[in-house]
Amino acid sequence: MSVEFRRTENSLIIEIGGEIDHHSAKTIRTRIDAEIVFEKTEKVIMDLSKTTFMDSSGLGLVLGRYRKLNDTGIAFEVVNPNRKIYRILCMAGVDKLVKIKGVEIV
Amino acid sequence: MKERIENSMKIKFRAISQNESFSRIVITGFISGANPTVEELADVKTAVSEAVTNCVVHAYRGTDDGTITMEAKLFASGRLWIAVSDKGCGIEDIAKARQPLYTTDPENERSGMGFSIMETFTDKIKVTSKPGRGTRVVMQKTLKRMNGSLC
Repeated sequence: MSVEFRRTENSLIIEIGGEIDHHSAKTIRTRIDAEIVFEKTEKVIMDLSKTTFMDSSGLGLVLGRYRKLNDTGIAFEVVNPNRKIYRILCMAGVDKLVKIKGVEIV
Repeated sequence: MKERIENSMKIKFRAISQNESFSRIVITGFISGANPTVEELADVKTAVSEAVTNCVVHAYRGTDDGTITMEAKLFASGRLWIAVSDKGCGIEDIAKARQPLYTTDPENERSGMGFSIMETFTDKIKVTSKPGRGTRVVMQKTLKRMNGSLC
């Protein structure tokens, strides 16, 4: 599992590689929350294009970040989930709360 | 007539979070001989991950000494039977636990979707539990064989 950050003019992009499960979610959560505090940003984008697996622990991670960012008025998007991960996000209604972009259409 | 069992396994491992990915690798290895589709493999891996994670998070809360037992059987019909069990604290109210979004651990960002995902990704699940004694989750899914033959 890997977490990498990139910054553009107004956004923080978080690239999560590998598998998001209960074990890895703890580390990902800590790293993301530390990075968000570090410098102010208008938008946070979670890029899941390199995420190969996600179970309900990933849902908790996404929802937790949404709640934190919503409280501070920072926009939050999830981009490029694979179809399986997108399905799981929709099961929990995350698509109603968070903008999800780049879903593969088959 | 009793269904023929193609393959079976039983494994015990510590209820620690490192073993969540281990359990996914184990079940992947077990069912790979049945030629699952990419979808089926992803579904089974995710369902197993949810069941094992529930044991790690809830069964032995506060201790590292607990054990998880995972059994699996693959029948000639393609029916896959998986049981994940623990000897932990058990579930007081199974119906409540199975409700989508219900969790006893919101502080740690648990989504409460574990059972819902297990139900969606398998054909059926059965949960039995005795408070103070442990919990067992049995999941079944019939794999459609490619070309209708076994490998």
